[in-house]
Amino acid sequence: MEYNLRDIASVIRSKNSGPYELTFDVIFKDFETYHKVKEAKAINEPAFAALYNIPQSDIIKLVYFDPAKAVKITIVRPIPSGALGETDVYGAQQHSPLLGYKVQI
Amino acid sequence: MEEIRILSPTAILGYGFPMESFVEGMKRKPHVIAVDAGSTDPGPYYLGAGISFTDFNSVKRDLEIMIPAALEAGIPVIIGTAGGCGGRPHVAFNLEIIKQIAEEKKLNFKLAIIQSELDKELIKEKLAAGDIEPLFPAKQITSDDVDDCVRIVAQMGEEPFINALNEGANVILAGRSYDPSVFAALAIREGFDRGLAIHLGKILECASIAATPGSGSDCMFGYLHKEDFVLEPLSPLRKCTTLSVAAHTLYEKTNPYMLPGPGGAIDLYNATFTQLTDNTVKVAGSKFVPTDNYFVKLEGVKKVGYRTISVAGVKDPVMIEKIDDIVASVKARVKDNFEAYGIKDFFLDFKIYGRNGVMGLFPDADDRTAHELCIVIEAVADTQERANTICGFARSTMLHFGYEGRISTAGNLAFPFSPSDCKVGEVYEFNVYHLMKIDDPSVYFPVEYMEFK
Repeated sequence: MEYNLRDIASVIRSKNSGPYELTFDVIFKDFETYHKVKEAKAINEPAFAALYNIPQSDIIKLVYFDPAKAVKITIVRPIPSGALGETDVYGAQQHSPLLGYKVQI
Repeated sequence: MEEIRILSPTAILGYGFPMESFVEGMKRKPHVIAVDAGSTDPGPYYLGAGISFTDFNSVKRDLEIMIPAALEAGIPVIIGTAGGCGGRPHVAFNLEIIKQIAEEKKLNFKLAIIQSELDKELIKEKLAAGDIEPLFPAKQITSDDVDDCVRIVAQMGEEPFINALNEGANVILAGRSYDPSVFAALAIREGFDRGLAIHLGKILECASIAATPGSGSDCMFGYLHKEDFVLEPLSPLRKCTTLSVAAHTLYEKTNPYMLPGPGGAIDLYNATFTQLTDNTVKVAGSKFVPTDNYFVKLEGVKKVGYRTISVAGVKDPVMIEKIDDIVASVKARVKDNFEAYGIKDFFLDFKIYGRNGVMGLFPDADDRTAHELCIVIEAVADTQERANTICGFARSTMLHFGYEGRISTAGNLAFPFSPSDCKVGEVYEFNVYHLMKIDDPSVYFPVEYMEFK
């Protein structure tokens, strides 16, 4: 089955993790779906890199966190927070491509 | 001692809290009231300019409740990352507030002031000795980079707070602090487990953000025991659930299983979250793993110039279709116009809201275009005057630019304001985000004491 991530997640968010990193959290609505996504590794490094049009080497960590039924992806910030060219000092509005991400489980 | 009780009134000093929640907190007889007053989230400006991103009256309102209540209960108040960034001017900002409160309320207490702003010569010595390393993805710095810095602060651990508590301080006002330190210091002094104490601090520093519904302006209460800790929100509107607490463990972190800080990391691989009552959660199993050497995190910024901006709207569909070409042409026209005049070194950017204004740093990740655009023209140059010149010229050029297929020949931009251009002032960038090896966790964080009578 194919799902839009926004339909199976209760939280999809982005935020700075310090001035040099950007981190994305996806928290699923229920443990059953979370475990299916985790087993299928339906959210993974190549897919995330393609979604954000970044090299895979910019992904610092992609981790499934069972206690919160969540996936967390942390990447190198394209520029440090607030540097010339900044569009989002807090990094809080960089999550929208994830909303439409298609999950195959 | 079998239990340490900690009251966290608010996520950031100045964000406020409901009086009812605070009173509930005091009824539970806390051993300490602690609060984090800062963050790097608002960006490099505040550290560079020496200005607090929290407001004087908002901070005063919170402390005016916290300090008298703590003195009456005979417990300490601990404030970390004073003034938002913890530099000397930020500590001075918060000190002025405390002095006013002491005078107006005629309070008697001993205040400890712990500084965290470091001398550039010290950083250069440490750099030469190989004791400074970049925190990935920041780059290695040179001695010249240190000279470029306006201000550098280091994040202190719990040790300087323990020293101040041992000296009998009733209120501790500290510069840049590792967020959990202010919450964990008393417990670690009393011999409680460091991993549990810091993990609890990591959650309490955001106050009720770890509850559901979450709030950065409501109180949270922590009960630390020998083998576990318990979290309780103080408003009947909120609950701590295993999910809300576990989800908070993700917030603003790189890896939720390993949370690095001064002297080591907390390892959460074996942490358990248990629902204790309807609104309280018990956490156990968090471990502190010390590093071989003691490292503190440095944060520093440099000044890059002055900024002027202009905001305008676009509705014309022909212009919207050609916006990328128009921006490129206007940029080229501005560059060409001032090259011969000698203004060459400037930054000119157009943030196009309705297209890629929010996510321009990820080209093609989400490039839908709206039927109406907001354009923010931004110029940064070495003086305010030059930034004004570049921004003003870019604005007038764009207003009358004759793009191909243009039908609306009276003007391309809708300005919501007169004047249209706005001087924003100094611009800073982070340039130091490094780890520094130190032998003594307290030596670079000098404490001074002040008695209010």
